[in-house]
Amino acid sequence: MKLMVSVKRVVDYNVRIQVKPDGSGVVTDGVKMSMNPFDEIAMEEALRIKEAGNAEEIIAVTIGEQKAQEQLRTALAMGADRAIHVEVDEDIQPLTAARVLKALADKEQPGMVLLGKQAIDDDQGQTGQMLAALWDRPQATFASKVDLDGQKAKVTREVDAGLETIEVDLPAVVTTDLRLNEPRYVKLPDIMKAKKKPIDTTSLADLGVEAAPGLKVTNTAPPPERQGGKKVESVDELVSELKNRGLI
Amino acid sequence: MPTTYTAPLRDLKFVIHEFLDLAPYSELPAFSEASPDIIDAILEEGGKLCEQVLHPINMSGDEEGCSWNNHEVTTPKGFREAYQTYVEGGWSGLTSDPEYGGQGLPHLVGLCMSEMISAANTSFGMYPGLSHGAWAAIHNHGSQEQKDKYLPKLTSGEWTGTMNLTEPHCGTDLGLIRTKAEPQDDGSYRISGTKIWISAGEHDMAENIIHLVLARIPGAPEGTKGISLFIVPKYMVNDDGSPGERNGVRCESIEKKMGIKASATCEMGFDKATGFLVGEENKGLRCMFTMMNAARLGTGIQALGVGSVAYQNAVAFAHERLQMRALNGPQYPDKPADPIMVHPDVRRMLMTCRAFVEGARALALYTGLQLDLEHMHPDQAVREKAGDWVALMTPIIKAYFTDMGSETANLAMQVFGGSGYIRETGVEQFVRDVRITQIYEGTNGVQALDLVGRKLPSKGGETLNAFIEPVKAFIDEHQGDSDMAEFVEPLSEAFDGLQQTIHWLFGKMMEDREEAGAASSDFLRLFALVAMGYVWARQAAIAHARLKDNSGEQGFYESKLATARFFMTRMLPDSAGLMQRIRAGAGPVMGLDAEAF
Repeated sequence: MKLMVSVKRVVDYNVRIQVKPDGSGVVTDGVKMSMNPFDEIAMEEALRIKEAGNAEEIIAVTIGEQKAQEQLRTALAMGADRAIHVEVDEDIQPLTAARVLKALADKEQPGMVLLGKQAIDDDQGQTGQMLAALWDRPQATFASKVDLDGQKAKVTREVDAGLETIEVDLPAVVTTDLRLNEPRYVKLPDIMKAKKKPIDTTSLADLGVEAAPGLKVTNTAPPPERQGGKKVESVDELVSELKNRGLI
Repeated sequence: MPTTYTAPLRDLKFVIHEFLDLAPYSELPAFSEASPDIIDAILEEGGKLCEQVLHPINMSGDEEGCSWNNHEVTTPKGFREAYQTYVEGGWSGLTSDPEYGGQGLPHLVGLCMSEMISAANTSFGMYPGLSHGAWAAIHNHGSQEQKDKYLPKLTSGEWTGTMNLTEPHCGTDLGLIRTKAEPQDDGSYRISGTKIWISAGEHDMAENIIHLVLARIPGAPEGTKGISLFIVPKYMVNDDGSPGERNGVRCESIEKKMGIKASATCEMGFDKATGFLVGEENKGLRCMFTMMNAARLGTGIQALGVGSVAYQNAVAFAHERLQMRALNGPQYPDKPADPIMVHPDVRRMLMTCRAFVEGARALALYTGLQLDLEHMHPDQAVREKAGDWVALMTPIIKAYFTDMGSETANLAMQVFGGSGYIRETGVEQFVRDVRITQIYEGTNGVQALDLVGRKLPSKGGETLNAFIEPVKAFIDEHQGDSDMAEFVEPLSEAFDGLQQTIHWLFGKMMEDREEAGAASSDFLRLFALVAMGYVWARQAAIAHARLKDNSGEQGFYESKLATARFFMTRMLPDSAGLMQRIRAGAGPVMGLDAEAF
């Protein structure tokens, strides 16, 4: 079985995000970029599936600018066998990403497509679900445990009510949650080896995919600064405070 | 609140890709693998290891320290696991010879990693650092059999190494060594004696420890000419490479000390331990010296690392700590007070730290590049020039970086005020951890003597030209460049002063060697300031060019210019006072009779 993992280049989770003064987006100039942490978990899970003898090949995919190849190299250094770079300069919307992954899934015929449950840049959290619909295959989202059993996968999902375990037929889409695993540290010799692994570059046109311009970002603004809290001694004081502020 | 560490990736990349021009060297063996994207990936993954694995056990390691029980040493909680992660990641072999399983990457990249490791966890860095010294001694001077036996596992980090020089009665003066090495019929030696202050001499992180020991063979000449170097493994090594019988060396105790508490500083007892001669008899000190030069550079880098992490934490505190109002009126009227970042004196401290850290990083990595060229450039003339630069800069980097690393840690603590003096914030640990760097691997006084007494006159002054020529060329190149005048003029003035001082010193030294001794520390500082001025002016030139061609990251390059400006106007001028002090001569220093103290 082949596994396909999609990884996205995002602003590193440690960076304090700054909004551009004109509200057209966030500052990425000179900012540290990394692989979306949820995708890193997807990548790690794929490696574990392969190491357990349940998959033969891992293909890492990214959709983005030229520099997104850095994240593919990270995926290759973690242990992916080869990579596909769909080069696109514009921001990618979930539907476009899902169409691209569908086209690649048709081509590569993976037994499972793994991806983060969301990317930490725009927090859309839709690509996996859309891919499952387009590909017409089962989906297991927010996975915190994945067990393979022949042509089926048993997946524990993190849902509002707690944990839910479902069984899906393969091929399937799995989106990964934070507690699924702890991604490994990349080994130095593997960084060197990754350089020699192949990255195929392709484009939306090559894949016959049309970008979906359904969403338009009209403005980006930082969240309002939080006001300091206040401790109250009693319920009466609480009520009068709320009244003073015109909240009740 | 615990300390934090962020790998300075942007600045490291600036120095490697913009300040140093590696393109001409891409054909050299170590550099052919180290393309810019590979270097970046290594720095990022290495930085992640330092941030996420090594730094979180820095404060706890200091608090717990190492413990000794019945000749065995236990490292603090988490150190074994962190070392395991480090070894499994292959980091131990970063710059080592590929023939023995290393990655053979440039020293330059190794220095970046050393800085980050030392910043994240100075104590932890001691273990791989010492291993590398032992590795180098065997690699450079050992027999083929010794290399095959010891290098693969020292490269992988499965085994660690040590350097055993100091004895209770001799530290700086190794000619006094008493440890005995008696020749045996099978060609081995029996080593007996006591060594002290042996970093990583005993611990629980590796299956074997390979000690490199200086000892005297009976009948050897007195002094430094009668010292030989031996390999003494903790466990004898079987033919299949596995550890065998326990050798007669053990840890008698560990020191209680001011800092680097998670690094085991051991007293080692050798009781007829089996040792194997490295290189020739009585040539041990020369073998050790190749290790010592690398170790001295490494010590400077350690201090740079600590300075860097101390600075980062001081900056974070200065942004957060609200206290008093800005002198020209409140800047954050909605808050109970302004953050202390608004105060000029806090800025002065932070800028001093920053100008040291970023300047030192550039100087260190430039020297790292010369170290690589010295070892592998095909052209003999290039190798020699590069070697001269390294020889000259080694005592400067060791002494200036460690003095300034210490000052930076102290300034960081000063920014924290009382919150820095208490244990909880972790800043006082930086002050304690960095302090040893001014002392070990040759005290800074010894470095100053090395510079004045050995390096200046070396090759009839030719060594010195490795510095004089490029600085002169740079100044000439930027003569009349109005953008650069504010950097080139002060550099040029200090550079002239340095050359005049060298001339004066040469004259004085001929008459009286004590004059050289009295001038040495101030002279080293003067030389260091000019070297820093040179790298700052060069960084400023790059920043100017980038701002002109509008290649983005304006803020980064403007900060470079501002920091260069601070160095030129607030740090380099110290050179005038130093020159005045040097010219005051030995008289005032030696004026008091010894009995009068």
